[in-house]
Amino acid sequence: MTILANILVVFFISVGLLFIVVAALGLIRLPDLYTRAHAASKSSTLGVMCILLGVFFHFWLKEDHFNPSILLGVLFLFITGPVGAHIMTRSSYLAGVKAWPGTVRDDLKEEIETMKKEQGIK
Amino acid sequence: MKTNDVILQFTAKIVFFIIFFYAVHIFFAGHYTPGGGFVGGLVTSCAIVLLIIAFDLKKVQSILPINYIYLVATGLIVALGTATFSMIAGKPFFTHSFDYFNLPILGKTSLHTAALFDFGVYLVVVGVTMTIIQTIGEDE
Repeated sequence: MTILANILVVFFISVGLLFIVVAALGLIRLPDLYTRAHAASKSSTLGVMCILLGVFFHFWLKEDHFNPSILLGVLFLFITGPVGAHIMTRSSYLAGVKAWPGTVRDDLKEEIETMKKEQGIK
Repeated sequence: MKTNDVILQFTAKIVFFIIFFYAVHIFFAGHYTPGGGFVGGLVTSCAIVLLIIAFDLKKVQSILPINYIYLVATGLIVALGTATFSMIAGKPFFTHSFDYFNLPILGKTSLHTAALFDFGVYLVVVGVTMTIIQTIGEDE
């Protein structure tokens, strides 16, 4: 039982660590803001959630202490992480941050232009 | 520019309740674990600030029609009242008392008058933080 618990904890924490390292590599390697936000929001959310689950299983199975606020933290991160990335990328698009020059398609541009025309800006 | 904030507003509606109930948990857990009135008050005002960011200041004031300066005064009165209550009972100022009670649902719980003092601190912290943020944010 202890060995199984150890395997579970080590699995979750190392998977989370792997995803966080991948997120950091993506922040360095990717060319523009939108691809970086894609890397940072997805993989770091999943990584932190895996690490929290590992900590939760460690305290539950080995220290015999059920801590529901860690589960609440997992739920909170799962809700707010992607929404935060969405708000940041959207506001930087509206502020005029250009995408990587190799981008072939920009569906949001027409929407923003019709929205500006309706409200009479520029 | 007026934009469509559907995702932010819907998320703020759900996350507000998570943050608020976590603040209540921190407040009541303050006697035996880390937490207490100060942190609970700050987390509660964070939840209200999240609503202010997602919606309008006027709309939040119509949802929560609280005059936060009166909230500060109420908190100070509650804190001072628990401190002077022991003087009426003939003990020194700020003497707390506690006992164990058998509540119908919760079972055996220890109720302590320090929780009332902590509740006063909670109200003061929420009131002061929200007064600062509203007076900066109004900008008229």
